[in-house]
Amino acid sequence: MGMDRREFLRLAGLTCIGIGVGGAQLFVRTKIASSEYAPPEERLTAKRWAMIIDLRKFKTEEDYKRVIEACHKIHNVPNIPDPADEIKWIWTEDFEHSFPEQMNPFIPESVEEKPVLVLCNHCGKAPCVRVCPTKATFKRPDGITAQDYHRCIGCRFCMAACPYGARSFNWRDPRPYIKEENLEYPTRCIGVVEKCTFCVERLAVGKKPICVEKSNGAMLFGDLEDPSSEVRMYLAEHFSIRRKPELGTQPSVFYIIGGEEHA
Amino acid sequence: MYDGGKIIAGIVIFLIFALFPIYSNIGKAYQPPKPKLDTPEIQKMVVKKCVEPKEYMIPEHMKLIVDWRDAALREAKRTYINSRGERYTISLQNTCMKCHSNKKKFCDECHKHAGVKPYCWDCHFVKEEE
Repeated sequence: MGMDRREFLRLAGLTCIGIGVGGAQLFVRTKIASSEYAPPEERLTAKRWAMIIDLRKFKTEEDYKRVIEACHKIHNVPNIPDPADEIKWIWTEDFEHSFPEQMNPFIPESVEEKPVLVLCNHCGKAPCVRVCPTKATFKRPDGITAQDYHRCIGCRFCMAACPYGARSFNWRDPRPYIKEENLEYPTRCIGVVEKCTFCVERLAVGKKPICVEKSNGAMLFGDLEDPSSEVRMYLAEHFSIRRKPELGTQPSVFYIIGGEEHA
Repeated sequence: MYDGGKIIAGIVIFLIFALFPIYSNIGKAYQPPKPKLDTPEIQKMVVKKCVEPKEYMIPEHMKLIVDWRDAALREAKRTYINSRGERYTISLQNTCMKCHSNKKKFCDECHKHAGVKPYCWDCHFVKEEE
């Protein structure tokens, strides 16, 4: 049993190095050689996606319903009757609550009593993104405010921050409330916040959002930073308003309201 | 030894419980999980191959799936170009599960054996199996 101090320290040191090197192996990712990730070739791209909702072209209740139902159906949005628990991506709101700063006693009845189609505004300066503690909600380079349900911890800070009520919390398992399931799109689970995504899954395959497609031309979608885009041309010709612009959130959804085209 | 009988009885009872997993399994043959690959989609394939070689997929599929998730969702890179240079659309529901349509006999077979409970299926749909 002859081990002197020096020998003991030497062995102890070597043992530590051995354990360290062995342990580090646990954290090494075996990445397969030469595999790559790429954006899909057929995708639609923009610097900043924006939407125009021309409310003049929404004439009947059916016009709203067609758009809302199409969205909720393909995205497996549950239909929960209790308004305290309801989930909505796109819905109607009365004029007064959509545009509180626009209220004056003499707006035409045709405008004041008309439902307004509302959804996530995909704000240029999104307050929900600023408050999210896990970066579950984040800004994509194309201006879309996206939500990563895998990271959402259900704290609902984003719901408190959003001035438009665009976000819904899953208080219960949504699956039993989905009438017709779209098996090509996931659902959400209890405890996460969800909202409109500007149809990122459709943009990736070269299609515009489903609401735009189903609106019969009452909604437009395009690149706000491209002066020759459809949305920019339309905005240059028509007077538009945005929801609660005084808050400085820079919404990407524009509304054309009232007035006749030949006025 | 004070209270020797009680101490020895205590140790014996402890060993009976502690060693239960060992003696209850002695003599039984180990049953490895056998995930099945006999789905209609896989049988249709002339060359049966997954997005990456089997030797990689078995130990690393969970990491690949997480990388897929982050690439698709956070970087909008929804195309995976594998080590053979083939392109795949990144989607658990529409790409992985298209071939592996037998979740119970494929995914669950090993996951149950290993005692892991991935929460993929809380949100991602599995088509009904008969």
